[in-house]
Amino acid sequence: MRPFSYVSAPDVATALRAVADDPGAKFLGGGTNLVDLMRAGIEQPDTVVDITSLPLAEIGERPDGGVRIGALVRNSRLAAHPLIRARYPVLSQAVLAGASAQLRNMATVGGNLLQRTRCPYFYDRTAACNKREPGSGCGAIGGFNRGHAVLGVSGACIAAHPSDMCVALAALDAVVEVESVRGVRRVPMASFHRPPGETPHVETDLSPDELVTAVELPPSPTAANSRYRKVRDRASYAFALVSVAAALEVRDGTVTGVGLALGGVATTPWRARRAEHALLGAPATEESFRRAAEAELAPATGLPGNAFKIEMARRAVTATLRRLLTEGSPA
Amino acid sequence: MVEVRLRVNGADASLDLPPQVSLLDALRERLGLTGTKKGCDQGACGACTVLADGERINSCLALAVQYAGREITTIEGIAGDGPGHPLQAAFVRNDGLQCGYCTSGQICSAIGMLAEHGAGMPSAVTEHLCADGAELTDDEIRERMSGNLCRCGAYNGIVDAIREFAAAEAER
Ligand SMILES: Cc1cc2nc3c(=O)[nH]c(=O)nc-3n(C[C@H](O)[C@H](O)[C@H](O)COP(=O)(O)OP(=O)(O)OC[C@H]3O[C@@H](n4cnc5c(N)ncnc54)[C@H](O)[C@@H]3O)c2cc1C
Ligand code: SF4
Ligand code: FES
Ligand code: FES
Repeated sequence: MRPFSYVSAPDVATALRAVADDPGAKFLGGGTNLVDLMRAGIEQPDTVVDITSLPLAEIGERPDGGVRIGALVRNSRLAAHPLIRARYPVLSQAVLAGASAQLRNMATVGGNLLQRTRCPYFYDRTAACNKREPGSGCGAIGGFNRGHAVLGVSGACIAAHPSDMCVALAALDAVVEVESVRGVRRVPMASFHRPPGETPHVETDLSPDELVTAVELPPSPTAANSRYRKVRDRASYAFALVSVAAALEVRDGTVTGVGLALGGVATTPWRARRAEHALLGAPATEESFRRAAEAELAPATGLPGNAFKIEMARRAVTATLRRLLTEGSPA
Repeated sequence: MVEVRLRVNGADASLDLPPQVSLLDALRERLGLTGTKKGCDQGACGACTVLADGERINSCLALAVQYAGREITTIEGIAGDGPGHPLQAAFVRNDGLQCGYCTSGQICSAIGMLAEHGAGMPSAVTEHLCADGAELTDDEIRERMSGNLCRCGAYNGIVDAIREFAAAEAER
């Protein structure tokens, strides 16, 4: 690992100043992604600013009935919190479906939002990768791309966004609160992550000197009836091939509320707006679910290695909605 | 170099380390506590599992400097000076190991897992998220222990050992 200097920030102001004064500085949360990437030589910060002592590890109710999650809340605590389990079960399930118990004990909410892709060419410094080295090409497009995206892709990069948590946050209309020396701003999940386009190395709306301080979940009657489904190569401790976060409200047989997002299939946590549009006001039937899934996947483009994900995603969407309709939430 | 004051198995140790040294390397190379194993060094196998304030973590992805002042427990601390921990005995009785390389991590992980389960934390296979204390079925044990790989495939014995130990603890 390339040597770096280490600072532990006691408060937010110190953390913000440390990165504002030093373009080679990076925040360190649980370290489960950053330490790995530093060891592989892909991230090479001059200064590591440890933010785990910041007082941002609380989960609390907001006056409007929503919930505010501090950026330093560990993934395991988030999943186990009574408010999240009862009101946003899809978020508990999504977090529990990711990584392992050890990693979830270390990983923070902020770090999970900013984790980088698991594309094997990105990790292999001898391979071409536009994300790691802009302009060098993409090893995955003509190579091994079983894990890669079919939605939101570009000619420059097809890396799938790896997070489970973010898929649930997208379905729940979460808002990310970020702070820098310039002040505080709020970024909706839908615009937090950026599709690769011609600049796959730019992954989020965040500037390097901005700190994620919290995630806000709006109040939502739909969210209580929600589920996460993850399809992967082994039963546990594997990234998603396809995943679905869904919240559904049905009255008198008609869909009156829906939040839907997909993971594993897209370059960003994928809010399924076409499917939501097709579902709202439609009868809550298998046929509507299937039609909504088809609408969402219509623009998908597969390669020989990953085209199977398109039908897999259609089926996963349909099955998740069906289960929500027949069994309700896991809360 | 930074001065890192670690607290490991109840004893204080002050080490001068470059900040890039992992907790795993500090334990093995500086403190001579080689019970904790290095499998992948990438967070993917669980061989390096230790407890930090009673919670299981992967020490390979932990910078030692970040864990200063935390109470670290390794397999040496769990075993103690006497006849060993009853969970170790349960692993032996139930053939919960073959080569033994993953075993320290399995045992530290199982102890952390039982504490999580005891605190009512759900898992990915828990059917009712809000129910108090999911029963510790074999499916629950397997899911909760999925962060510990065993290349020898001693999984059945590992699950048997944990189930037996958990049942004995519940009776005490
Ligand atoms: C073997 C393995 C399997 C995994 N499987 C899964 C899986 O199945 N599903 C899944 O979703 N994830 C999985 N993960 C990824 C894991 O969820 C992430 O590594 C973790 O969430 C990152 O959180 P962290 O706090 O450790 O981040 P860190 O490693 O500390 O940081 C990651 C990045 O975020 C930045 N950062 C951290 N906090 C902030 C903040 N508050 N503001 C601004 N920037 C910040 C850091 O500078 C860094 O660039 C897996 C990881 C491993 C190693
Ligand atoms: S898919 Fe993206 S991350 Fe993977 S090799 Fe291509 S450019 Fe790099
Ligand atoms: S050595 Fe740490 S998880 Fe494999
Ligand atoms: S006993 Fe050999 S790796 Fe588990």
